[in-house]
Amino acid sequence: MNIKKTLGLSTYIVFLLLPIYWLLVMSFKSNQEILGSLSFWPETFTFANYMTIFTDASWYMGYVNSIYYVSLNMVITLLVALPAAYAFSRFRFMGDKHLFFWLLTNRMSPPAVFLLPFFQLYSSVGLFDTHIGVALAHCLFNVPLAVWILEGFMSGVPKEIDETAYIDGYTFPRFFVKIFIPLIRSGIGVTAFFCFMFSWVELLLARTLTSVDAKPIAAVMTRTVSASGIDWGVLAAAGVLTILPGVLVIWFVRNHVAKGFALGRV
Amino acid sequence: MSKTKNNKAWFLVLPVFALVAFSAIIPLMTVVNYSLQDIFDASTRYFVGIEWYQMILNDSRLQDSLLRQFIFSGCVLLIEIPLGILVALMMPKAGKWSVVCLLVLSLPLLVPLNVVGTIWQIFGRADIGLFGWALNSLGIDYNYAANPMDAWFTVLLMDVWHWTSLIALLSFSGLRAIPDAYYQAASIDRASNWAIFRFIQLPKLKSVLLIGVLLRFMDSFMIYTEPFVLTGGGPGNSTTFLSQSLTKMAIGQFDIGPAGAFSIIYFLIILLVSWLFYTAMTHNDNK
Repeated sequence: MNIKKTLGLSTYIVFLLLPIYWLLVMSFKSNQEILGSLSFWPETFTFANYMTIFTDASWYMGYVNSIYYVSLNMVITLLVALPAAYAFSRFRFMGDKHLFFWLLTNRMSPPAVFLLPFFQLYSSVGLFDTHIGVALAHCLFNVPLAVWILEGFMSGVPKEIDETAYIDGYTFPRFFVKIFIPLIRSGIGVTAFFCFMFSWVELLLARTLTSVDAKPIAAVMTRTVSASGIDWGVLAAAGVLTILPGVLVIWFVRNHVAKGFALGRV
Repeated sequence: MSKTKNNKAWFLVLPVFALVAFSAIIPLMTVVNYSLQDIFDASTRYFVGIEWYQMILNDSRLQDSLLRQFIFSGCVLLIEIPLGILVALMMPKAGKWSVVCLLVLSLPLLVPLNVVGTIWQIFGRADIGLFGWALNSLGIDYNYAANPMDAWFTVLLMDVWHWTSLIALLSFSGLRAIPDAYYQAASIDRASNWAIFRFIQLPKLKSVLLIGVLLRFMDSFMIYTEPFVLTGGGPGNSTTFLSQSLTKMAIGQFDIGPAGAFSIIYFLIILLVSWLFYTAMTHNDNK
C-alpha cells in the first residue's frame, strides 16, 4: 500500500514540476538552441536572457510594480478584514447575514464584468495607472475571501478569552492587538497567502487599470512577441522570475500551511 | 457559539463595507445603466429597456460559449476535487517529506495566470515543448493551435495542473485535524479503508471542501487569461469562454449596451450556481 502511495504521489509531483523545469531550462538557452533541438539540459549555458531583463528598467520595473501593488493589497485587505471578521464572529447586528452574503457575492463577480466601469470610475477619481488603484480593485475579490477565512479562525477562539481580558481591564484595541491577533497567527498567515496568490496571479484588471507607471510584469511580458516572432528565451526567463516571489512567500508561511489551510473549520 | 447582539459591531464592519461598496456598487450600477440604454455618445442615449437582454439570450454564439463554459467548469470540478483528495490522502502525514510535498504543491498556485498559459504554450508545442514532442513521437497527432479538441484538452490540463494543489492542500490540513481517536475506534471496528474514508474522513472534510468547490467553481467560470494566452480563444471558437466573449464584446467591438446585459446575466448565473452548491452542501447542518 505504501509503495503505491509513494508512487502515485511521485507521479503527481513530476507532473507538477516538469513544466516548470522545462521553463527553467529554456531560460538558460539561447534562442537558436531552443528552436534548434530538444534537449533536457542547455548545451551552452547562458545568462543573456536574464541580463536583458535586469538591464532594462521597463522590464524590471514591471516586477517592482507588481510586488508593490500586491503588498499594498495585502496590507489594506488585512487591516479592514480583521475587525470586520471579528464583528461577524462575535456579534449579531442588524443585517449581518445579508451583509456577509453580499460580501461573498463580490468574490463571485467576474473581473471581466467590471472592466469598463472600473476603467471609467478609476480614471475619473485619478486612480488610473496608480499602484493604489490596482490594489483597491483587487480588494474587490480579496476582502470578501479574507473576511470569510478569518471569520472561521476567529470562531475557533473561545469567547471566554475575550471576556477574561475585558475583566482584566484590557481595552478593545489593546486586547485585539496583544491577545487576539497572536492567537490566530496561522489564520492571518494563510489569509495573507491567499491574498498574495489571487492578487499576484490576476492579470485582467491589473492590465486594464494601468498604462505606464504601474504596469504589472504580466503585461510587460507581452513585449516578447514582436513582428520577428517570439523571443522564447526572454519569455522563459521572465516567467521564471515571476515564480520566485511566490517561492519566497511559500517559504515564509510553510509552518502555517499544514494547520492553517484547514481554515479553522474542522 | 452564542453571539451577543450589538449593533455597534457595524463600526467594525464599516471599513470593509465602504471599501467594497466603492469598488462594487458604483461599477455594478454603471453596468446596469449600460444594459438598459442604447448609447451613441455622451449626450445621445436612448432607454431601451430589456431589449439587450432579449438579444443576448437569443444570441447563438453566446449560448455556445455558455455551454462550453458549463462543460469546462464541470470537468474542472469532476477532475480536480477527487484528484485533490486523492493526493491529500497519499501525502505523508508528518516529517521532512511532508513539508517538501507542501512546498512543491504550493508552487503552481503562485504562478501568474498568464505565465501558466506561457508555460503550457511552450510545453505543448511539438517542436520546442517536451509534452507536445512526447505525444507526437508516441504517434498521437497533437497540435493545440490547429485542433480544437487538443486546445480544449490543453486548457483543461493546464487548469488541473494549476489548481488541483489548492484542493489537495485544503484536504490535507482537513485530514490532519481529525483526532487519532477516530481512527482507533475504526480499527477496533475493523473498518475497511473505504469505510474510514466514507464515514470519517469525507464528512470531516466537508466544510473545507465547500470552500474549495466554491472557489474552484467561481474561478473556473471566470477563466480568461489561460486560454487567451494559449490560443487567443481558438482554434475557431473552441476555447472562447464567457469572460473572453464578454471582453471581446465590450472592448473589442465597444457594444457596451449588450455587454452590460451580458455582464448581468453572467453574474446572476455564477450567483445562482454558487448558491446551489452552498445550499446542497450545507443543508444537513442545521437539522
